[in-house]
Amino acid sequence: MPIRKATPHVNQDEPLIFERSSSGRHGYDLPRLDVPAANLEGALGSENIRPEIDEFPEVSEVDVIRHFTRLSTWNHSIDTGMYPLGSCTMKYNPRINERVARLEGIAGTHPLMPESMVQGNLEILKTIGDFLAEITGMDAVSLQPPAGASGELTGVMMIRALLFNRGNSRKRILIPDSAHGTNPASAAIAGYSVETLKSDEHGCVSLEALDRAMSDEVAALMLTNPNTLGIFEPEIASITELVHARGGLVYMDGANLNALMGLTRPGDFGIDVLHMNLHKTFSTPHGGGGPGAGPVAVKKVLEPFLPLPIVEVNSTGRYYFNYDRPLSIGKVKAYYGNFGTIVRALCYILANGAEGLKEASSVAILNANYIKHKLRGVYDLPYDEPVLHEVVFSNKKQAMHHITVMDIAKRLMDYGFHPPTVAFPLIVPGALMIEPTESESREELDLFIDAMKSIAEEAENNPDLLLHSPYTTRVKRLDEVQAARHPILRWRPKSSESI
Amino acid sequence: MRYIPNSAHDQRQMLIEMGLQSIEDLLEGIPQKVRLNRLLALPRPLSEPELLEMFKELEGKNARGLLSFLGAGVNQHFIPSVIESLVSRAEFLTSYTPYQAEISQGTLQAIFEFQTFMCQLTGMEVSNASMYDGSTALAESILMAARISQRNRFLLAETVHPEYRRVVNTYLHHQNLKVQPLGYQQDGTLDLKELDRCLAKDVGAVMIQSPNFLGNLESVEKVATLAHERGSLLIVNLAEALALGIVKSPGSAGADMVCGEAQSLGVPPSFGGPHVGFLASREKFVRNLPGRLVGQTVDSEGRRGFVLTLSTREQHIRREKATSNICTNQSLFALMATIYCSLLGKKGIREVALQNIAKTQYALRELRKLARLRVLFEGPRFNEFVLQLPQPLGSISKRFSNEGVVPGLDLERYFPALSNSLLVSVTETRSKADIDKLVQIFSTL
Amino acid sequence: MKFPEECLYTRQHEWVRVTEDTALVGITDYAQKELGDVVFVEFPKVGDSFDTNEPFGNVESVKAVSEVFCPLAGEVVEVNQDLVTSPELVNTDPYGDAWFVRLKIANPEEVKDLLNAEEYAELVAEESAE
Repeated sequence: MPIRKATPHVNQDEPLIFERSSSGRHGYDLPRLDVPAANLEGALGSENIRPEIDEFPEVSEVDVIRHFTRLSTWNHSIDTGMYPLGSCTMKYNPRINERVARLEGIAGTHPLMPESMVQGNLEILKTIGDFLAEITGMDAVSLQPPAGASGELTGVMMIRALLFNRGNSRKRILIPDSAHGTNPASAAIAGYSVETLKSDEHGCVSLEALDRAMSDEVAALMLTNPNTLGIFEPEIASITELVHARGGLVYMDGANLNALMGLTRPGDFGIDVLHMNLHKTFSTPHGGGGPGAGPVAVKKVLEPFLPLPIVEVNSTGRYYFNYDRPLSIGKVKAYYGNFGTIVRALCYILANGAEGLKEASSVAILNANYIKHKLRGVYDLPYDEPVLHEVVFSNKKQAMHHITVMDIAKRLMDYGFHPPTVAFPLIVPGALMIEPTESESREELDLFIDAMKSIAEEAENNPDLLLHSPYTTRVKRLDEVQAARHPILRWRPKSSESI
Repeated sequence: MRYIPNSAHDQRQMLIEMGLQSIEDLLEGIPQKVRLNRLLALPRPLSEPELLEMFKELEGKNARGLLSFLGAGVNQHFIPSVIESLVSRAEFLTSYTPYQAEISQGTLQAIFEFQTFMCQLTGMEVSNASMYDGSTALAESILMAARISQRNRFLLAETVHPEYRRVVNTYLHHQNLKVQPLGYQQDGTLDLKELDRCLAKDVGAVMIQSPNFLGNLESVEKVATLAHERGSLLIVNLAEALALGIVKSPGSAGADMVCGEAQSLGVPPSFGGPHVGFLASREKFVRNLPGRLVGQTVDSEGRRGFVLTLSTREQHIRREKATSNICTNQSLFALMATIYCSLLGKKGIREVALQNIAKTQYALRELRKLARLRVLFEGPRFNEFVLQLPQPLGSISKRFSNEGVVPGLDLERYFPALSNSLLVSVTETRSKADIDKLVQIFSTL
Repeated sequence: MKFPEECLYTRQHEWVRVTEDTALVGITDYAQKELGDVVFVEFPKVGDSFDTNEPFGNVESVKAVSEVFCPLAGEVVEVNQDLVTSPELVNTDPYGDAWFVRLKIANPEEVKDLLNAEEYAELVAEESAE
């Protein structure tokens, strides 16, 4: 008798759900219909009725559970091991957050219920808005943007609205060359052209370059602080002063806020508007790429332009949505934001308090610097500056053996780790951007450091080993070229043409 | 702090190894003059029991145990238990965007399945990996149509969800693209004569929603024919994706792009978010799609696998020239919709759609018996309708709230012309007794 | 790396093959090597006209996009449809089957501004050294 289940746990084969379909199976029963069945043609009109969706699968509840459980085992996750993706802040996602966000009286609420029936929700929105304003040192917050990139877009739109309102339509946004790709993309969608600002030899914004670029055509400087190299801009106060003196505003990408909590506040170093990523700094789960939430915080001058509505509380303690805001940019998402994500973030802030948040940032900085210390000399440090919560190495030493960062990344999987962010920021050729977060213990950090050292040795002594890694994963290296040349973006039944 | 493994002792040991005295030595990079020299003004840290108590108290400030007939784009459908159980698996919940394909095959294959389901439901050839929600999906679809058509005027039906229209206006305002509203006719559907008048060579696309915000099905085929005759694209949006279980797909009715909100497919209302948007189109437009796309390929040993693909459209490569600034998709919630579609399957998706129609038709039949009420906009519909009352809604709201009933949405908030009117949603989750209770209260007004 | 003698070249790594009043245009061996595996080529439409050095198309690898510039002012009279289905030709036969477009040259005077094979080889050597 041959063994039919021939692969170990993580490599269990599992077809597509459509390929599991077997005629007559079903995974869900509806309650018996307690009203008369409808006259379908009368209700819909015969021209509007579709036949059964032939390609939908027919599977049982057990089939569905097995299918998705097996798929899940092919993923790396924070709960299975360290996930040191730079600028992504893959920290632990506390389970109490999940529990409170799923409370029926919270998760089950409809966004268009009368305000009197959702006072608890409004209090949640007001409370976290106030907390985020305190943490960032800003004056007002909108929780509406559903993601970081959406927060950027919202922030830049507000800048544009303010400048238009002043009768001064500036045309450009300055963005350092180390910035994340969403920054220029968001600026463009908000109607601006983008001018790239070259970083100085320390990887930071050069005051001279900024001075040259800053004209009355420039609406804003959009920067990340600490920047994508993990370096706190040493001249930040002079930078924001210079931009303000020339009539511009300063936008801060808050992707790296996990380095700053309780240590310094963007509002105190001259930032006019920033977005936060609740799914990074405030521990809400990334869910394989979303949902997130990207609240924006602003100084007084931008407050009238915040998206509609904002939550306020009157003298009797009653919460309400204020829509009476004529200068608002409007709405950037239906309703009020990714509320479920916001609830989780509030729970995280409350669990930590001021001490906990400061400790989180401090230990995140300690962990990153510990890695920097231990891997110094093993990997090249293109910018050897004091760093906060993340550190960027490069493959310069390994490149001599024709090893790319992708080879290092793939090999790291065999050691049980998720690779760091690679090939970003663009100013570092062969970048390896490591952000451990405060969630990693000394032991886990040491294992990671050992793995990185071991890979550096392999690169020198046995480079072929790296070129064909990973070896222990569900699949080996995947052919991205074929995927892009001849895209197959959906399943089709065998009998029909595939696209 | 319990979420931080390294104790004060561990931290000291690490510092010693680094030859440092304290973490303060690592903060030199932050100039003294911008340091915060006090603790943040936040409440003291809370333990888990305290957190639970606090959120239960907040929950208690929301009204509970209501019988609600609110829909309007956030639809109350039953969510099978399997969904929460599966999306709570840490490997789905606590993973990142699947950049490293070899250790993200679970998420990638699930998204590939989501893309397939969205194509099947909408009748489109390609779908992206999901978007934030129905409103932003509509805004993005218009930016996409602007790229394809190279035209700058867009016609947006007033019967599209008002929240979505507001989002569209915000996005397009900054792009120098013009949005022109199109009114509705007596039966609550798009005014085709007005559409005919407004269509011109500079119109990039016509945007409708079907079922529309007032609950009516639009004449998608007629709109498609008119739009195509003038070289415009047709975008069909859905705020109630479950309708596609029974209603002819927009793709087969001639739409060029279909976008919308998939919250109906297994996602809780959650006070308006997170939900999950989708954007699907004809294959020829695939390189203009915004957002992530998952494609099938093979590994070095010839086994099937999945990767993020056609990335050159995206912000991390094209930066300011990207198709969108969107970075991630809405993976976990796309997974919920994927599990929902899998569980219900071929028969179930149709059956649940049919139950929505049956309940709605029953409610309509009973309400029509009440002489003082008027059902506006008679015509083909899925699970929503507009009810006009003889008196202002404010005067009767107490009567309903005393009974713990939310009879629907006061439309005046979005349509000032529709005073004294309620948008009522009757889904499969409303029993005959629920509907009878609603009718009974109306009958005593 | 090959730089055929019968071709002329631009500083942005396009090659040009002139026959009477038309020119065949593609990207060079050096350009395709720098890009890596080509997965997609985006053309202008037949009938479109371009100025010298105006971008008129894109060539994409998995993780990069590179603009293709019109080497000589003129009108596009033909595009190479084979590259739509087989973009890999750009890697395997850059000077042959992987031509991008055929142009009707507007100003024959401009031809003399192009680089010859020897000059182009020098340019590539300089760029590679960086």
